[in-house]
Amino acid sequence: MKVEDAIVAEKTVVNRRDFLKAGGAGLVVLFWVGPLKAFQQPYTEAPPSIPTDFNAFLQIKPDNTITCFVGRVELGQGPKTALAQLVAEELDVPFDAIDMVMVDTDVCPWDMGTFGSLSIRVLGPILRGASAEARAVLLKMAADQFGAPVARLQVSDGVITDPTQGKRVTYGTLVQGKRIEKHLGKTPLKTVSAFKVMGKSPQRKDAIEKVTGKAQFAGDVTVPGMVYARILRSPAHGAKLKSADTSAAEKMPGAQVLKDGDLIAVIHERPDLADKALGLIKAEYDRPQTGLDDKTIFDHLVRNAQPPKVIAESGTVESADKTANSIENTYVQSYCSHAAIETHSALAQIQGNKVTVWAATQIPFRLRDLVAQTLGFPKANVRVIASYVGGAFGGKTNPQNCLEAVRLAKLVGKPVQLVYRRDEDFFNERFRPAAVVKIRSALTNGQITSWDYTVYAAGDGGAATFYDIPNQRTTAVPVSAIAWQKQDTAGGLHPFNVGPWRMPGTLTNTFARESQMDLLATKAGVDPVEFRLQHLSDKRMRRVLEAATKQFGWKPAKPPTGKGVGVACGTTYKTYVATVAQVALDKSTGKVRVEHVVTAVDAGVIVNPDGTRQQVEGCITMGIGSALSEEVGFSNGEMHTRNFDSYEIPRFSTMPTMEVVLIDNPDLAPDAIAEPPVITVPAAIANAVSDAIGTRLFQLPMTPPRILQALKQS
Amino acid sequence: MERTIAFNLNGKKTQVKVDDERTLLWVLRSDLGLTGAKFGCGAALCGSCTVIVDKEAVRSCSVPVKDIAGKRLLTIEGLSKNGQLHPLQDAFVHHNAMQCGFCTPGMIMKAYALLLQNPKPTRAEIIRYMDDNLCRCGGHERIVAAIQYAAAATKGRMS
Repeated sequence: MKVEDAIVAEKTVVNRRDFLKAGGAGLVVLFWVGPLKAFQQPYTEAPPSIPTDFNAFLQIKPDNTITCFVGRVELGQGPKTALAQLVAEELDVPFDAIDMVMVDTDVCPWDMGTFGSLSIRVLGPILRGASAEARAVLLKMAADQFGAPVARLQVSDGVITDPTQGKRVTYGTLVQGKRIEKHLGKTPLKTVSAFKVMGKSPQRKDAIEKVTGKAQFAGDVTVPGMVYARILRSPAHGAKLKSADTSAAEKMPGAQVLKDGDLIAVIHERPDLADKALGLIKAEYDRPQTGLDDKTIFDHLVRNAQPPKVIAESGTVESADKTANSIENTYVQSYCSHAAIETHSALAQIQGNKVTVWAATQIPFRLRDLVAQTLGFPKANVRVIASYVGGAFGGKTNPQNCLEAVRLAKLVGKPVQLVYRRDEDFFNERFRPAAVVKIRSALTNGQITSWDYTVYAAGDGGAATFYDIPNQRTTAVPVSAIAWQKQDTAGGLHPFNVGPWRMPGTLTNTFARESQMDLLATKAGVDPVEFRLQHLSDKRMRRVLEAATKQFGWKPAKPPTGKGVGVACGTTYKTYVATVAQVALDKSTGKVRVEHVVTAVDAGVIVNPDGTRQQVEGCITMGIGSALSEEVGFSNGEMHTRNFDSYEIPRFSTMPTMEVVLIDNPDLAPDAIAEPPVITVPAAIANAVSDAIGTRLFQLPMTPPRILQALKQS
Repeated sequence: MERTIAFNLNGKKTQVKVDDERTLLWVLRSDLGLTGAKFGCGAALCGSCTVIVDKEAVRSCSVPVKDIAGKRLLTIEGLSKNGQLHPLQDAFVHHNAMQCGFCTPGMIMKAYALLLQNPKPTRAEIIRYMDDNLCRCGGHERIVAAIQYAAAATKGRMS
């Protein structure tokens, strides 16, 4: 690598427009065009002020601090901390010297969105590579300045020294006045043994702001002249507005009624008074009678879902099936909400032909395009700022609230803040889809010989089995926009919107598969852990299963034992998970208490152990909710689930003791951690419940009435 | 009825002229510019809006502003003094007792009220007292640990 190649002429940069204006002296820009399409601009139209072919920028300031610009959003999952660790490690600077600038579409590089546990497993290698290459460029610059070979130089805390000549120079001094860009070469990354910052758990970069109330969420942002909006919502999905009398609302001092086609809203300078004005609107609707509710939905899904296709097959399922004892079961799972504590929130400000949206979003760049489309503005005139987001879990891929805010801002000619009420958030949710799984499997001499798996509505995530079964077939509909549409849209299936929820499909499929595995183990009269190991040649899966059961102190026994212990395995992306759960069950009330959960995770190299534990703990918590209480109630398009009294998420008294076992796997690159550990939790709890009561529940969540019913039938 | 309501806000005499039936949370957030208390449910079910009124934890989303006339109101913004984190804030930082951070101000204020009433709470007492404050990210265990740590640090000398 030559320094001349790396330092490009000013004119090149001018061609890219004067991005990072605020950079001033000492700007180093790093770069690469990654091989990963996911992180490249999907269209040719240039964004307003940043290059299209770069995935990250580093700015080295004269004081030797480094600013890293990324298009990722801090949803709570910790990228602000973990990505800074990657940069600090490869650049050889202190962790505290890194300042992360997260999403502002005017200054951060394009990014597809913060979902799919992508930050570490996909962006991570790119950011590390860019940082390592930056370090190499800086070393070469110092070598030229010192007249010394690179090999002789040492670097520590952003200072390069030549011990022979006794010379030293800081990164900040070296790069003063220079702009450097570079496409990613093949600079080697540090090995695990050389890590100083990775593998540690520094204080979260967002911690101080979050404990002092200074962290700004979208609903906390204010701009001069701003008004608060409330939107008239129909009482049920599919309901048609017949009439709306807005006269009383219009007479309320300070209130203004806005109408734009199907959108009726009130605005006021105070949010609670906008609420009051909304309450004055008298609206009548035609309500649909779909006959669909939270009980009839499963038959509807099987009858009307897109016909699933075979996505994986080996051996011959039919013939094998006929030769053995077979068990056939249907597993179902209700709709489930993301239920982030922050409701969907946005502030939209239109100034002339430009618009800025402060948004609680996981998809800032996609949102920018949608806002442009909604307003008829060029994309270059749309700026999206995703400040801290108060929990997302997939739910904030829904742009509806932001698009409503920009429409209202345009209508009224003032900045509009739109923060959903809780019932509005539940109404407009894109829920985790209700789903149905049918499994027929056969056992011959204690071995599973046939496995025929069909899933409706959940998607194919985690549907294909990893157990060694000679004859197997997986039938599923891949997750697609069509599969996730409302009934009243073309090809739609669901009575309201559904969408991705922390590891789409995989939690459902893991629940079904691992429940069936336990039934087969029971039929074979073999301990469930032993039974799984007999069908597992995947070494990483065996390792997490053995690690979790060892930590738990699993005692092999023929199921059911009556002790209330259960196990489940799962894998997604390249992360492996095993969970053991212990429950206590009150047979008179049907109430389950999860007492102890052990989860072992192999996610390759761990960037931040405590941050990883936080994600696993969060997944265990959400998994308990999915297992025992979280369920969306509805009938004829009307939501019965409207607030936290009718939608029960886990709370302090719900929590079990949790143990997290992180598998040390230094040979593998860091992989996904924000989602995978959730998938095994409901399955392990379901198996523990069955172990306790000797009978099985085939529906999630396992609410007290369902448990009482199962006990009655057994 | 619109009238002037006087109270002590984070140690300072404060007056607001508002309809006295308005909700305390929204007066704090949109009239007084204090956005640390969050809107989560609007029905006193989640605790994100928790503030302290005369040493008691109060759900500001479900209280009319007239109820605080003449009282002492403490919000998350008033907890740190002279740039020093309060021991509870310090404990939350120390335990990484937050992910998204949206419930955090309410959690800290609720815990503050607990330690005022019960300087040495047991684990069971913490869980019982905090149970109606919801966290979706699953930080419960860390929050309990942070409160225990802060209780040990303050030794009953809460300020």
